[in-house]
Amino acid sequence: MTNVAPLFDMFLFGALPYVALALFVIASVVRYRMMPYTYSSLSSQFLENRQHFWALVPLHYGILTVLAGHLIAFLFPREVLAWNGRPVRLYILEVTALAFGVMTVIGLVAAMVRRHSVPAIARVTTGRDWIVLSLLLLQAASGVMVAVLYPWGASWYAAIAVPYLRSLFTLTPDVTILAAMPWLIKLHIVNAFVLLALAPFSRLVHVLVAPVPYLWRKTQVARWYRRPKVAQ
Amino acid sequence: MNVRSQVSMVFHLDKCIGCHTCSVACKNIWTDRKGTEYMWWNNVETKPGTGYPTQWEDQDKFNGGWQVQDGKLQLRSMSKAKSVTNLFHHPNMPTLDDYYHPWTYDYQHLFNAPEGTDQPTARPISMVTGEPCEINAGPNWDDDLGGSPVYAESDPNLAGLTIEQRQQLSAVERLVFFYFPRICNHCLNPACVAACPSGALYKRGEDGIVLVDQTRCRAWRACIAACPYKKVYFNWHTGKSEKCILCFPRLETGQAPACFHSCVGRIRYLGVLLYDADRIEAVASSPAEDLVEAHRSIVLDPSDPAVIAAARASGVHDSVIDAAQRSPVYKFVKIWKIALPPHIEFRTLPMLFYVPPMAPVMANRTGAVVDGVSTDLFSDIDDSRVPLQFLANLFGAGHGGPVKYALRKQKAVRWYRRAVTVGDVDMATAERMLREADCSPEEAEAIYRLTSLCTFDDRFVIPPMQREQALEMLEGPEPHKQGAGFGFIAGPKRGV
Repeated sequence: MTNVAPLFDMFLFGALPYVALALFVIASVVRYRMMPYTYSSLSSQFLENRQHFWALVPLHYGILTVLAGHLIAFLFPREVLAWNGRPVRLYILEVTALAFGVMTVIGLVAAMVRRHSVPAIARVTTGRDWIVLSLLLLQAASGVMVAVLYPWGASWYAAIAVPYLRSLFTLTPDVTILAAMPWLIKLHIVNAFVLLALAPFSRLVHVLVAPVPYLWRKTQVARWYRRPKVAQ
Repeated sequence: MNVRSQVSMVFHLDKCIGCHTCSVACKNIWTDRKGTEYMWWNNVETKPGTGYPTQWEDQDKFNGGWQVQDGKLQLRSMSKAKSVTNLFHHPNMPTLDDYYHPWTYDYQHLFNAPEGTDQPTARPISMVTGEPCEINAGPNWDDDLGGSPVYAESDPNLAGLTIEQRQQLSAVERLVFFYFPRICNHCLNPACVAACPSGALYKRGEDGIVLVDQTRCRAWRACIAACPYKKVYFNWHTGKSEKCILCFPRLETGQAPACFHSCVGRIRYLGVLLYDADRIEAVASSPAEDLVEAHRSIVLDPSDPAVIAAARASGVHDSVIDAAQRSPVYKFVKIWKIALPPHIEFRTLPMLFYVPPMAPVMANRTGAVVDGVSTDLFSDIDDSRVPLQFLANLFGAGHGGPVKYALRKQKAVRWYRRAVTVGDVDMATAERMLREADCSPEEAEAIYRLTSLCTFDDRFVIPPMQREQALEMLEGPEPHKQGAGFGFIAGPKRGV
């Protein structure tokens, strides 16, 4: 029996990440090339406007900020730890992160209520939308609960989780780091990989085609069937 | 000079009888699919009226089009910064409520209803939810409702009119309205294209038709908010924007677009205009009072040797230059100056022009008798039943000059023709009117012919742009052998 847990851990934290990442990369590219028409956020704002605002705005700002926080700590763990050296700064970071996390949860719940209660929106909601929303809610809610039950995550994430994540990238997954972690945190990590794996099969692909090039593209767009050779 | 060609349009409002044949022709070909039921790429509005979607002309509400801010031309609804904040929730996005909820009827109930004391009825069923619904709006809900306090009196074009003028428009038994058919204007400075974050909307280089690339549209919704004419629609089922394609598959095979072809009143004209693409931004930034004239000035004379040389240098084919020289649109817009762009103050430089309507304008006699031929020359244009300011708000960015010019010339042409055919107007007066309206007898004759006696080929001068043939010349047909269609439409095959 003693072997089972580490083996299971090995699967969840040593193999699943790679499976998820491979699925994410391959399926995203294949879908983009084979089914470009389906690469869309499938907005439903046209059918319902007010609840859309109160759901989608907190959801997006919340999730983007929290994700950015995870990324920054992943890239600069030492700097984050140094920043947290003073308690005041740690409190500020914790409270901010928690606020955006709660914002995400509120946005997700509002989005689910909207999809359930507005008949026209229910009509354009698929089973996949529910799966994605549920997994996202599970992810955001578990994150918020971790923040509440196991405080100072801003520091221990940089000290414990980041080395594990980095070990994944160096292809030497060190699952022992996570062995002592509470199940809630493990759930949060595993669900993140599940989300990553399922993203290319859902509307989440709109993240990959976020219109960044608009920031530098020319105002007007013309397409030529055959651009005439303009005499100099 | 960067010469480009644009397939352009003229709608002669005096000839529009408001029959909606154009709308139905378009609907049957293009928008009978799920998610497009509410779309009317072509629609006909009653003016004064609130239009479709309701009050689309009110840009304080919808924030469409461009504005000049700090000397720079900017979209009202979009900027680089707003492209980030508008992404999650677009603040200027109209919803289905601004249009109407499409419905069908439960026809089967008429046959399947159990026997009872009442006649069975077919209940309206929402085409969005599939549930029974109330009908409280439709695509031409204010059709013919001139004088209505709910619709006509909420027309945004009534801005700046005096109370007397407003009352005059809706006076009992003397109320007045005319029709305003609309399609996409295929603008030179399209707000929808400029706003699209993913670059899905584009203007075709060869003919200026504005299209949405369905495989690149990601439902960011910016085009719908940005188009001040609300002529980009959101397909709620596929999550893609769709709009009038000017029937390009028909144009490419030498046919007139369906709405043009089917027009009962023969109000529609289509032809090529050559324009200078380098001047678009400068023209679109002109002061409001100069906009109509500046817009006209961007259109080039296709018979001018310098323009022809520049057009060739810019890659415009001789056959297109030839079509431009025979273009009926060029005559209406540039030579005669009686066709005007709609709401040029939105600064998108629309390439659909309207001949402002005379009929309600002219019928301005006191008392019960409607007299279309007054004796006091042009004065009745100033105190006409449709106040000049109303037409100026529609076709002159609020400035009456170009509208008045167009109306005076049209009236002079009528008097001249009346002197020729009926004879109850003396020719000396008619010729004086022509002079005062800046019109020669030859020009009057030409306007008369193209307005009243125009044949199919007079109205539609379609440049030879048969792309399918051009494609074969360029690439050879072999790679397309055994293909089943174009674009993303998959061919028939066995199994999954």
